[in-house]
Amino acid sequence: MAEAGPVAAGPTPDLIDLKADIEQTGVAEVLDRLDRELVGLAPVKQRIREIAALLVVERARASLGLATEHPTLHMSFTGNPGTGKTTVALRMAEILHKLGYSRRGHLVSVTRDDLVGQYIGHTAPKTKDVIKKAMGGVLFIDEAYYLYRPENERDYGQESIEILLQVMENNRDDLVVILAGYADRMARFFESNPGFRSRITHHIDFPDYGDAELMVIADKMLEQQNFRFDDAARAAFAEYIPLRRGQPHFANARSIRNALDRMRLRLAHRIFSAAPLVSRDDLMTIREADVRASRVYSGGLTGSVELNSGPVA
Amino acid sequence: MRITQGAFSFLPDLTDAQITAQVQYALDQGWALGIEYTDDPHPRNTYWEMWGMPMFDLQDAVGVVQELNECRKIHGGLYIRINAFDSTHGWETVRLSFIVNRPAIEPGFRLQRTETGGRNIQYTTHAYATDKPEGDRYG
Repeated sequence: MAEAGPVAAGPTPDLIDLKADIEQTGVAEVLDRLDRELVGLAPVKQRIREIAALLVVERARASLGLATEHPTLHMSFTGNPGTGKTTVALRMAEILHKLGYSRRGHLVSVTRDDLVGQYIGHTAPKTKDVIKKAMGGVLFIDEAYYLYRPENERDYGQESIEILLQVMENNRDDLVVILAGYADRMARFFESNPGFRSRITHHIDFPDYGDAELMVIADKMLEQQNFRFDDAARAAFAEYIPLRRGQPHFANARSIRNALDRMRLRLAHRIFSAAPLVSRDDLMTIREADVRASRVYSGGLTGSVELNSGPVA
Repeated sequence: MRITQGAFSFLPDLTDAQITAQVQYALDQGWALGIEYTDDPHPRNTYWEMWGMPMFDLQDAVGVVQELNECRKIHGGLYIRINAFDSTHGWETVRLSFIVNRPAIEPGFRLQRTETGGRNIQYTTHAYATDKPEGDRYG
């Protein structure tokens, strides 16, 4: 393909500087940013480095005229909610774009609703429409196993799967498909759809975050929003994380973000109902009371029916 | 007679690579692409049949070219054109339109002179192709 063409113009060089190539394409910078901005996820970062290395080598081979097939780049990201699958998919799109394996480098994120229609003849145009939008970039299918509903043999999901499989085979150089979802359900999905398993080369598993990692994530989130913990609040939040993990519907970084949002709410309420004069420091600092007010500390929501995004206080 | 409507029609037929490049240019401008076909080549026939809906929110030309190839499979013997519609306020019109497929043989037009009152003459261009019923006009 043209984009992955020769690194240097003129007569084919005998030596290719891979390091220079990775610098020049800006991939090194994306990888560094991945390291800096994403906490933990060591195995994921390792796999992405490996894939990047493979692609750089493929480019070098192509520039020396060593015939290679276009590598299959479809991936599956498995892991619990809130482990950074969508974020990594965005970075992946960027890396593929910089290396010339994706012409536009955009990410189209869809779920079952966007692909599967509601009546006969609705599914194919809908799926094809999404595929057309994703052409030249990355198609990210979240919770891909919902496409396949074995309990309903007339489910239109199957039609969508067939179109996707066909595109994944025929348009390998136009489109990269990333399937994402919970590990166990994805495994079952692949078992019942062997076509997908064989067309996906890279299976990447996203581990859960450790408590210390979640604390770092919390600090980063607060820093981005110009908030901070005082010391007592930080200690209280360090207690909060393992407690929250023990509660149902724990969604890693997403639970942390929701918890922080609620703390901001309490902070706002506290300073609003206190003195009418506030300092910059008051507006920025989350205090222990804001953290401790959470229901999680009192054994909280065990037994109550709530969703990930629900008001878990 | 080779009909000349839209952009590039005095040039040799565009290759698929050239069509892709033009479509990509239109997409980069933020225009929506539509594919239309007809078997009535009269220049005043502005209402061509639509091949599916116009395509919005595309990033890459491959999607459009695939649709074009689908259209060619069924209507390969007819005229097919690609329209690029600009929705920005103040434009709201087709910014680029070009023919991407034409019949193998284009019979052309007859100029018909009708003498009316006095020494006046009315001129009509009449496409030979339209002498046959719709669907039988080309091959």
